[in-house]
Amino acid sequence: MSTVSWITARGLFGRRRFLLLLPLPALLVLLAVLSRSLGVDPGEWGPPVLVGLGLAVVLPVVALIVGTGVLGAEIDDGTVVHILTKPLPRWQIVLPKLAVAAGVTAVTVAVPIYVAGVLADSVRLGLALAAAAAIGALAYSAFFVALSLVTRRPVLLGLVYVLIWEGLLGNFVSGTKQLSIQQYVIALADRFAPTELLSTDVSVPVATVMSALIAVGFTALAIDRLRSFSVAGETS
Amino acid sequence: MSAISAERTPAPTRTTSTLELKGVSRWYGNVVAVNDVSMALGPGVTGLLGPNGAGKTTLLHMMAGFLSPSRGTVTLDGSPTWRNPEVYRRLGLVSEREAVHTFLTAYEFVLASAKLHRLPDPEEAARRAIALVELEGAQSRRIGTYSKGMRQRARVAAALVHDPQVLLLDEPFNGMDPRQRLHMMDLLHRLGAAGRTILFSSHILEEVEQVSGTVQVMVAGRLAASGDFRTIRRLMTNRPHVFAIRSTDDRALAVALMAEPSVTGVELGRTELTVRAGDYGSFTRALPKVALAQGIRVRQLVPEDESLESVFSYLVEA
Repeated sequence: MSTVSWITARGLFGRRRFLLLLPLPALLVLLAVLSRSLGVDPGEWGPPVLVGLGLAVVLPVVALIVGTGVLGAEIDDGTVVHILTKPLPRWQIVLPKLAVAAGVTAVTVAVPIYVAGVLADSVRLGLALAAAAAIGALAYSAFFVALSLVTRRPVLLGLVYVLIWEGLLGNFVSGTKQLSIQQYVIALADRFAPTELLSTDVSVPVATVMSALIAVGFTALAIDRLRSFSVAGETS
Repeated sequence: MSAISAERTPAPTRTTSTLELKGVSRWYGNVVAVNDVSMALGPGVTGLLGPNGAGKTTLLHMMAGFLSPSRGTVTLDGSPTWRNPEVYRRLGLVSEREAVHTFLTAYEFVLASAKLHRLPDPEEAARRAIALVELEGAQSRRIGTYSKGMRQRARVAAALVHDPQVLLLDEPFNGMDPRQRLHMMDLLHRLGAAGRTILFSSHILEEVEQVSGTVQVMVAGRLAASGDFRTIRRLMTNRPHVFAIRSTDDRALAVALMAEPSVTGVELGRTELTVRAGDYGSFTRALPKVALAQGIRVRQLVPEDESLESVFSYLVEA
């Protein structure tokens, strides 16, 4: 483990906001277990729990908390200066941080969504959801890490993207779905394990290419922005 | 401390580094934070003195590669500091913000710095840097439990772990108690004597006086004075002084004071007397004698321009 990822992981788990990660995945598993034990038809509870909660809320919100935490929190409290005053090419700072963000998000989301997928349908669906969520975790993390370097309010802008763009506009303006990580994840999961429970207008090739483009593009943007990282000085 | 100093004394072949600023300006929108500053910093300790808001931090950030100059160049041994992480092999920075990874112990924190610098023996480098700031006793405690002065020392150790030629410190004495302050001053002295280029900023004249022989004085974004501290200090003490005096008979005192050679002007106000003196020492010695001779009791004597800001504004006008 590189020193950058070690410090990043220590910082992530050492902050209280890490506790924010736990309730949502727990709720996902709880709802799935409840629905299953009460004998509700998976056709009824599957879409709202797996997609409505799991892929539309748990995955992006966990990615947002972690993604803005690995770099944004360090920028906020100024500790980022310690890493930046080292003779490291900036990609050697961004990539380990992105790896920690994507890894932590993937594990935090894949496990509960796997359980929910198994309870709703089959182990295959569980694995498909977990794999697609892991890919989504990488795309979201790259986006949120880059957002930490582009704006001083990454959490707010991230929430606007998740809630307004993906959540609200996605329901009314179908075109926005073509630019929605959430839809890519649904398309990929449906490709890995075709099921009635998942539906999207986005094709698999679009989902694959766009996920890759987002991950690579925002990572490159983050590296470039970190090269020109400025510390705000006195203005008076 | 002296043992460590001997251990850290550089080899005779060691090269020194020069940090050079040429016509550097930095503005934020319409606000000019730093205005056309040029200086070259060589080995030894230099104090960057100036009131709050003078642009010291902005200047330090440009030197440390954390801000691009709007105009001009900042170079370390000829290479620009902006967008050039390679300069951190020779440069260390202790920023003003008290930012530390509170969840790490001082040893872990300094060791992480050593590893990020890819030093050949990071453990040994971390131990040496911690010894240099005398934090051995507390190195296994989490930094979150430290006092402000201890945190500052941990940050200095992290900035020194790769033995940089240039060390920049932004207000390093802020929040330190007198003992910690002395210790930090001693450390800076030793580093400067060992051939390193040390620049620290401060808004307190006495701090700069005790640590450095060379000062750069900044006022309102401009370099107001630079050079030997004693010369600048003399310029400050030999300047005209203004005093506000209240006495039992201001008018009589005004008349008597006008006869004194050290007094250059007197203004009689409604409640007090404003006296301009050409020389601080002669005037303050003469005043009691004059008052005694006239049978006037002096109730209040306030030097009007003793704030650092007025000293600076004098320097700018000089």
